[in-house]
Amino acid sequence: MFVLSLLLIALVWELYKAVGPQDGGTLFGWTILPRANDQAMPHVWDMLARYVEPERRGFDTPIFVVVLQGAWFTFRLSVVGFAMGTLVGLGLAILMARFKVVERGLLPYLVISQTVPLIALAPLVVSWGGKLHIGAFEWPRWLSAAVLGAFLAFFPVAVATLRGLTSTPPASLELMDSYAASWRQTLFKLRFPAAVPHMIPGLRLAATASVIGVVVAELSTGLAGGVGRLIIEYAREATADPAKVYTAVFAAALLGLVMTGMVVLFDLVLMRNRPRETPA
Amino acid sequence: MTAAVEVRGVSKTFNVGRSDAVDALVDVDLSIEPGEFVSLIGPSGCGKSTALRLIANLLEPTAGEVLVNGKPARQARLDQDYGMAFQQAGLFDWRSVAQNIELPLELKGWDKARRRARALEVLDLVNLPEFANHLPWQLSGGMQQRVAIARALAVHPPLLLMDEPFGALDEMTRERMQDELLRICGETSTTVVFVTHSIPEAVYLSSRVVVMSPRPGRIRSTVDVHLGSRRGIDTREATAFFEKVTEVREALRGIGAADPVGAEEVGVEVVDR
Repeated sequence: MFVLSLLLIALVWELYKAVGPQDGGTLFGWTILPRANDQAMPHVWDMLARYVEPERRGFDTPIFVVVLQGAWFTFRLSVVGFAMGTLVGLGLAILMARFKVVERGLLPYLVISQTVPLIALAPLVVSWGGKLHIGAFEWPRWLSAAVLGAFLAFFPVAVATLRGLTSTPPASLELMDSYAASWRQTLFKLRFPAAVPHMIPGLRLAATASVIGVVVAELSTGLAGGVGRLIIEYAREATADPAKVYTAVFAAALLGLVMTGMVVLFDLVLMRNRPRETPA
Repeated sequence: MTAAVEVRGVSKTFNVGRSDAVDALVDVDLSIEPGEFVSLIGPSGCGKSTALRLIANLLEPTAGEVLVNGKPARQARLDQDYGMAFQQAGLFDWRSVAQNIELPLELKGWDKARRRARALEVLDLVNLPEFANHLPWQLSGGMQQRVAIARALAVHPPLLLMDEPFGALDEMTRERMQDELLRICGETSTTVVFVTHSIPEAVYLSSRVVVMSPRPGRIRSTVDVHLGSRRGIDTREATAFFEKVTEVREALRGIGAADPVGAEEVGVEVVDR
């Protein structure tokens, strides 16, 4: 199904290239139709062919190796960011579920935190990190990117988990009460397992959000080695080599898919014993 | 001998001090001896579920005191002196049948081997020995309810509190479960407090039926039932059984509200609070 829709998108792309105006079009006085020339919209096969060609003249390594290396670099940062974000999100959700006051006081700030433009925040985090010296620990630059990934990732996790933790069936809570179970026991034996179906969508969002966070951080702080940096570099060469930038863009998209795929696997493992009808 | 349950002058008001305050129970006295099977019956809103939750210490009384096994209800809850079963089996989806039964034992800190052994023991007791590793949703409603009863019995409680445990089951399953319950109680000499909507169920199971009336909830009368310890299909068709059913029905009718029983018997209703 996924392959089919991918083919369909490629088809639409090529179709528009065939019929679309070469220099963009105006519709009711607005210049909204994208230009369909090879410069702005390279052929799908050109993009694919570009993968096996070397990155630049005089080098032997085909570009897909470079892009994959970049993607691998970004992937590791995203995983770190995702993990940090998930931990923070879970912690906040537990706090908010435990103390109603915390929820009232904290949740608005969490929402506000997500409206801060990441681009503005990225250099700040880097400079804070640069000033940080804890003993022998030196703040590496890549950690700033991971932190920004975590900054985007923690929010969906926190909100989804809070929702899950607070929608435990009252009858089950009563049962735990009748066992004189502590809050902690109820949390780990009942609330968390019961929250899993609610948490999965949050984790999926967090997985892709952490990739976006890391890529944007790479873009705005100039961190080298990742796919974000490649996108910027290749975009500058777009006039001469329009297909090149797409190789990196697709790699970034693939990264998001892989991250989501990990969450889906996690979901399958956790939910393997549950009734199939459970709404996800 | 200490009473299994001692309820003295208990009242329960919800939303105390607010305009929507409700007197769920007023001035209730009830004493239950060990080994007794007592049913609480009455129309919706008579406070029978509230009474059960007060005994379980899931609610605190507004006035009066509740003793279980001679201790304050709270202490009895902390000591796990009772097991509880609700209308919904309430099994945890993510745990196997045996793991569900082990839950209260886990919370008490039993080690794994001992837990498993006890779970298999109670599964035997409820006639589901081969289902230990099944998942709850693979079982029928009646089987799930048996697992819930097994879970309630896991800690060897001297007292079993049941809130319409068979309310969601069909009539045939229901009668079979009633016989099972009687057998289990006979084997384990457990005291039972049983909340129900069904007159025949109350009469069939109980040594004593407590009839309650609503608004405000209070005990109206008590009907002693002596159908003997060996009850079965013959009991359900015996004259003595029908006489007791009639007696309880009339006690309920005396409550005054327009025949609450007919409607109640049909069935599945959300737990009243």
